[in-house]
Amino acid sequence: MQFIQLVISGLAQGCIYGLIALGFVLIYKATETVNFAQGELLMIGGFAGLFAATTLGMPYWAVIIVAMVVTALIGFLNERIILRPILGQSAVAIVMVTIGFGYMARGLVTMIPVIGTDTHSLPVPFRGEVFRFGGLVISAEHIVIIAVTVVLCGLLAALFRYTKIGIAMQAMSQNQLAAYYMGIPVKRLSSLIWAISAAVAAIAGILLAPLTFIHANMGFIGIKAFPAAVIGGFTSLPGAIVGGLIIGVVESLAGFYLMEGFKDAAPFLVVLAMLVLKPNGLFGERLAKKV
Amino acid sequence: MRFIFKTRYEQDIELFQHGGQVFWYGLLMAVLLVAPLFVSAYVLTQLSQACIYAIVALGLMLLAGFTGQLSLGHAAFMAVGAYTQGVLVTAGVPFFVGIAAAALFAAVVGIIVGLPALRVKGLYLGIATLAFGTIIEEIIARAEHVTGGNAGLMVPPVSLFGWRFADGPSFYYLCLAFALAATLIVINLLRSPTGRAFVAIRDSEISAQSMGVNLAFYKTLSFAISAAFAGVAGALYAHNIRFLSPDQFTVVQSIELVMMVVIGGLGSVHGAIYGAAFLIALPQVINAAKPMLPTFLAEATGLQPTVFGAVLILVVLFEPLGIYGAWLKTRAYFDLFPFYRKGMFRRQKAFQKSDRLK
Repeated sequence: MQFIQLVISGLAQGCIYGLIALGFVLIYKATETVNFAQGELLMIGGFAGLFAATTLGMPYWAVIIVAMVVTALIGFLNERIILRPILGQSAVAIVMVTIGFGYMARGLVTMIPVIGTDTHSLPVPFRGEVFRFGGLVISAEHIVIIAVTVVLCGLLAALFRYTKIGIAMQAMSQNQLAAYYMGIPVKRLSSLIWAISAAVAAIAGILLAPLTFIHANMGFIGIKAFPAAVIGGFTSLPGAIVGGLIIGVVESLAGFYLMEGFKDAAPFLVVLAMLVLKPNGLFGERLAKKV
Repeated sequence: MRFIFKTRYEQDIELFQHGGQVFWYGLLMAVLLVAPLFVSAYVLTQLSQACIYAIVALGLMLLAGFTGQLSLGHAAFMAVGAYTQGVLVTAGVPFFVGIAAAALFAAVVGIIVGLPALRVKGLYLGIATLAFGTIIEEIIARAEHVTGGNAGLMVPPVSLFGWRFADGPSFYYLCLAFALAATLIVINLLRSPTGRAFVAIRDSEISAQSMGVNLAFYKTLSFAISAAFAGVAGALYAHNIRFLSPDQFTVVQSIELVMMVVIGGLGSVHGAIYGAAFLIALPQVINAAKPMLPTFLAEATGLQPTVFGAVLILVVLFEPLGIYGAWLKTRAYFDLFPFYRKGMFRRQKAFQKSDRLK
């Protein structure tokens, strides 16, 4: 029973990792760059939600929408202003720019007088409620996280499968140049992808808020989402979620059954094993360079 | 504008290409040597710290700037060196033996970390090194009976042949000597076949391989040398700070080390030194500027990260070769006056090189 309990809380935490990893994968697939500031976008989403909920007094559903819109806008502008000029530069350059953006975001947030370095809690309607199934006690926060993740994945899958934009994005991620020749507005789409992935990060931030509170350094959770993305193969959207769930469950179980310290190291041990055994991840495509 | 007319092959491998370089580097050396007479103890500590960072930066430059392998775990190598030195010196091992052990142990860890580099590259490698860095940090925090864990580890000052290097100037000279040696080693390495192989790997793994460069060997070697540099720097760092705890060697620290070489200028030895100087100077500049800022800005803890992030973005956007690139442009401007043209250093239009060709 305890095992199942741990697995469920691990799955909920894993959904958060999965959502952040989803952001990595979306951007990586479309533009072959890794956004190291995904965690900071999550933090921005959290604060946008906090502002909407406490200062503007909005209901929970509106909070999610405000957070998504604000963060998506920031993601969009980030791509447009900072990343567009260096497209085509080496991967290190682009990684450094996203790291720089993350630093700035983290620093600027602490400069806002009412926020500073304090932790804030986001008022949620289901705070503290628990459900009991037989011997299981599941908190409402965990259920909401899992449910929202499922819905969001469904929406994203539908977007990529059935809409014109989604199909254009698929084309772009397969071959940017060919997509460009076919008349797909590659630049506009890559801004849009950044906006979508920022919005996903914002949702993750709002979902994470009841578990860890909102503070300027909450974006460091992004570091733990890298293993999730790598396990999923970095190019597969379902892979990112599966990777996130694996990391979440492993972390939760390691925290309980293994000695202290393994909880934080476990995701990284898993990813190292993955890189040694199967570098392309569970669902990744095999990448070989043509000469 | 100076034209060097080469009459002998040996001229190509001379350390100084012309008299001007001898003069300027000599002047720099002289200034650094007499610095303890004129600056305060605090500045001297910062200078020692700059020398230490310069050693890490040189190692990281060799790896990231010349071999093209991104490492987001260099703070962990520093930690390995620092703790090796701390534990050994506390146990009564002589300084030089300790520092050799620190370098060796860090190099061994570097080889282990470098092993994934044989299979994965680019960003995957970055993530693998990041994972290793986190694990090493966690191991240090948990191995309490050796490292003191989160409670920390006190490190005695350097003692050498009965001398105690406890005061500022003598420790500063020690750091300076190590930094100078590291610079010379890197410069010499880069013009040897090994260094050429590193650069070939950076520019194109496939063509390097077809020219007969053993990728596995040279990548591992690069990791080992780079980690050894970080280990030596870590050992000196341990003596400088005198107190070690795992939170001095986090992923954030690793990222800052990479920022240092990028801001200094990837792919140049000068850049490593500039980057180290920048990393030390920036907090001082910010502190000096604080009285001029409005209070809500001056008191914000996020001021330094913000400036750091902004500088990093500006450097990558406008000056991809970093501080060294800016210096090259300025020098060219005055060398060629009035014939300098804006397009001289223009970046070639780059198209994204996809790794996805199937």
